[in-house]
Amino acid sequence: MSTEILADKPRSQTTTADAVARGRVQRAARRRTVVIVLAVLIVLVFALSLMVGRTFYPPADVIGVILGRDVSGATFTVGRLRLPRAVLAVLVGLCFGLGGVTFQTMLRNPLASPDIIGISSGASAAAAFAIVTLSLGAAQVSIFAIVSGLVVALLVYALSYKGGVAGTRLILIGIGIAAMLDSLTNYVLSQAAEWDLQEAMRWLTGSLNGSNWSQVLPVLAALAVLAPVLIGQSRNLTLTQLGDDTAAALGVRVERTRLVVIVTAVGLIAFATAAAGPIAFVAFLSGPIAARIVGPGASLLVPSALVGALLVLVADFTGQFAFGTRYPVGVITGVLGAPYLIYLIVRSNRSGGSL
Amino acid sequence: MRRPKRLRAVWLLASLGVLALLMLASITIGSRDVGLDDILAALGGSADGFSEAAVTKRIPRTVLAVIAGAALGMSGAVMQGVTRNPLADPGILGVNIGASLAVVVGIAYFGLSAASTTIWVAIAGAGVTALFVYTVGSLGRGGATPLKLALAGAATSAALASFISAVVLPLNNIAGSVRSWQIGGVGGGSFDSVQQVLPFLVAGFAVCALSARGLNSLALGDELAAGLGERVAIARGSAALGAVVLCGAVTAVTGPIAFVGLVVPHACRLLIGIDHRWLLPFSAVLGAALLTGADIVGRIAARPGEVDVGIITALIGAPFFIYIVRRQKVRAL
Repeated sequence: MSTEILADKPRSQTTTADAVARGRVQRAARRRTVVIVLAVLIVLVFALSLMVGRTFYPPADVIGVILGRDVSGATFTVGRLRLPRAVLAVLVGLCFGLGGVTFQTMLRNPLASPDIIGISSGASAAAAFAIVTLSLGAAQVSIFAIVSGLVVALLVYALSYKGGVAGTRLILIGIGIAAMLDSLTNYVLSQAAEWDLQEAMRWLTGSLNGSNWSQVLPVLAALAVLAPVLIGQSRNLTLTQLGDDTAAALGVRVERTRLVVIVTAVGLIAFATAAAGPIAFVAFLSGPIAARIVGPGASLLVPSALVGALLVLVADFTGQFAFGTRYPVGVITGVLGAPYLIYLIVRSNRSGGSL
Repeated sequence: MRRPKRLRAVWLLASLGVLALLMLASITIGSRDVGLDDILAALGGSADGFSEAAVTKRIPRTVLAVIAGAALGMSGAVMQGVTRNPLADPGILGVNIGASLAVVVGIAYFGLSAASTTIWVAIAGAGVTALFVYTVGSLGRGGATPLKLALAGAATSAALASFISAVVLPLNNIAGSVRSWQIGGVGGGSFDSVQQVLPFLVAGFAVCALSARGLNSLALGDELAAGLGERVAIARGSAALGAVVLCGAVTAVTGPIAFVGLVVPHACRLLIGIDHRWLLPFSAVLGAALLTGADIVGRIAARPGEVDVGIITALIGAPFFIYIVRRQKVRAL
């Protein structure tokens, strides 16, 4: 996630301008390749998770179901169970990947992702409260989640403001807020009529069990509206990384950009969380993984959204079938993401980096 | 900052009085409130009637809350002294979760069942986690600064909590209690569990108490402490060992309870100053009072149900944690 300042050094025969231009073309080409490869992988895993399960259905049956034909057995299993689940996996993965990398880019710190600084916990606590205690419908639940996600974002920012916001302070305060919100979620769940492990796992680590079309629709709508807004701000977002003054000099309306970006990113996270719970570490992991494979200098929004979708799809598929037990997706991503989190802290402590 | 001896004694007596009142309240208050005569009857050995039955369940629970709170409070005070870090707490540094994970792994893969072995395993888990977090937090420039250590602890907690879910979920017999391995409570307290954990706690209290003088020297900085004739490594190691034994043993019985060890020593320092010979016992008393009080709140807040005491301490402790983080100096980004 560094900038183009680090472009290739000019070779002896060419001018600097040529080298910069060539570097730009190479990076754009690499990014395009990465996006295409990721998209193909998503389609493959998506297809695989529709076909494979307790019963195997050949591609013809699956395509038949998607086209609306009546295939005995497959219509229910694929159409009612596997399809909404896989679609929801892709959608929430896109949301988490996009929302996560936005925060990481804006705050210039990979640890500042919404699932670490409490925003996902806030959305999850609100959604759990709205569903378990108030028994509201999907639309109201999403509104509840987004409002409390925004409130938490504001609260964390305000509490860590002390003549400027320092990264480490913001992250630790976010962790403190997340601890409170998680215990509130636990409280809400303990107040439920009966303790349901599946429901609890969904609001604590995220799960796609029991996905249905009514959960898919709000996420789809949110993604359709918010993602273009966010991607439209992509250039401004990259420029604000250079610092507020530089960005303003380059023609970015910094405060407006920041406001738009925060609201849309929190919106994506909140809608996804209301549907599938705060799937652990997807928002945190997607950005750095995308940065690794895309390389420096390119906008990471689209690649990390795709990485997020791929992560959720693969983790859910693995969780369902790779072990004797059916693990919720959040447990798999949690076990994957946690060592990376520690690695990141070790690395930045060693290098005295931006923590 | 010197405090007159008498003032410290007064505060200590006052907090012991508060603790006694809270213990009484903890036996009286619950889904069914009982009167003093019922308590006396139950203590006399009678177990007829609902009230006496309630009392015979609440007494061990109260005892467990008291000793667990005392151990966590003192353990937090020692950890803050050893690391010279105002954010140190067995919960925040991930040590309690580490103990919890060790127990869960022992149950799942090694057929661990005997309570006394469980406590040893928990202490080992706590020790390994403490070493790990301290190592990660002290890498790089400036050594183990408060914020780096807290961040390493929080990350480790998150990591270990995911592992706990992954280990516990397939175990149908304890899957319902995933929660109890991630959020501590004293609701399951019995005289058996109290009896098993007590020797470990006594040993831990003794080691910590003996290291109080060493902690006072360490507070001056390593060089000065060495100059005063303190063997720094031994003083620090033995104090840390005592703290790890205390919080590991407690976690084996109650599950991980965070923030008690953070809040209590700060409150104690305000009241009686920084001398560890007073600070450690006072932290134990106030820790016991805090946990007993939090347990009562948890029983009142959700009648007729209960809220685990770990949830209540997080709700009290996290704002305090944020307050201390805000006071720390950080290099701006």
